[in-house]
Amino acid sequence: MSKIKPRGKVPKKAAIDEIIEIKTLIRHPMHSGRMKDKDGKNIPKRIINKFLVKFNGKQVFGMDLEPSISTNPYIAFPFKAKVSGTFDFEWTDDNGEKYTMSRKMDVS
Amino acid sequence: MKQQKMKIISRRNVLFLMGSVASSALFTKFAMAKPNLALQRIKEISKSKVEEVDLFLDVPEIAENGNQVKVSFDIDSPMTKDDFVRTVYLLADGNPAPNVAKFSFTTDMGACSATTRMRLSKTQNVYLLAEYNNGKFAMTKSKVKVTIGGCGG
Repeated sequence: MSKIKPRGKVPKKAAIDEIIEIKTLIRHPMHSGRMKDKDGKNIPKRIINKFLVKFNGKQVFGMDLEPSISTNPYIAFPFKAKVSGTFDFEWTDDNGEKYTMSRKMDVS
Repeated sequence: MKQQKMKIISRRNVLFLMGSVASSALFTKFAMAKPNLALQRIKEISKSKVEEVDLFLDVPEIAENGNQVKVSFDIDSPMTKDDFVRTVYLLADGNPAPNVAKFSFTTDMGACSATTRMRLSKTQNVYLLAEYNNGKFAMTKSKVKVTIGGCGG
């Protein structure tokens, strides 16, 4: 299986009160538990079930994912820039693993 | 008078009546379960206090590949402490499970919108249910035609 790799796009600079768009994508198979492999065996369910975004330690956005979300889940959402800080993204896998990523943003 | 009538009903009739009630209940359950999974879920979440309004839900009219269907929504809200959208649910009535995603919003976001990609197993309705901070619910739906289903069935 290819490596699970989170990616994200946050503007490096933003103006005060500007609404920016944050785009994230994580490479993940999102096995719904209904797909079959080449030998006709069921692939067990394994998805990213939770996505959390913190800004300077405070939760700003969350999403619960279900098997109906596509492979390599793409999530985009807005954010209102007020102060400079760091975004912490966290994806939770069904097997308990967590994938994290941080991005900095300057607000002037 | 009423008591006399009750006595007339024989044991056989009672059994027959019970059987028919049970089977009709079973049939309605069967008839309801399939098409209304998403609506049932919406009722469960909102406790039927839901208003059907025109929220902006952007899904393609025709999706050639049900594996990757882009969904985005934009709900008009000032996103201040007194008036904001707390949770947005995305549901679909033709997939094996009605739930697709649940988004938790905060006032820090300044706007209530998001984009993601979902799977659609066949032509069906996609529902968007928004919960406001004052406990009100609003929903909208949109039909998507799917050429190739995407649930790996």
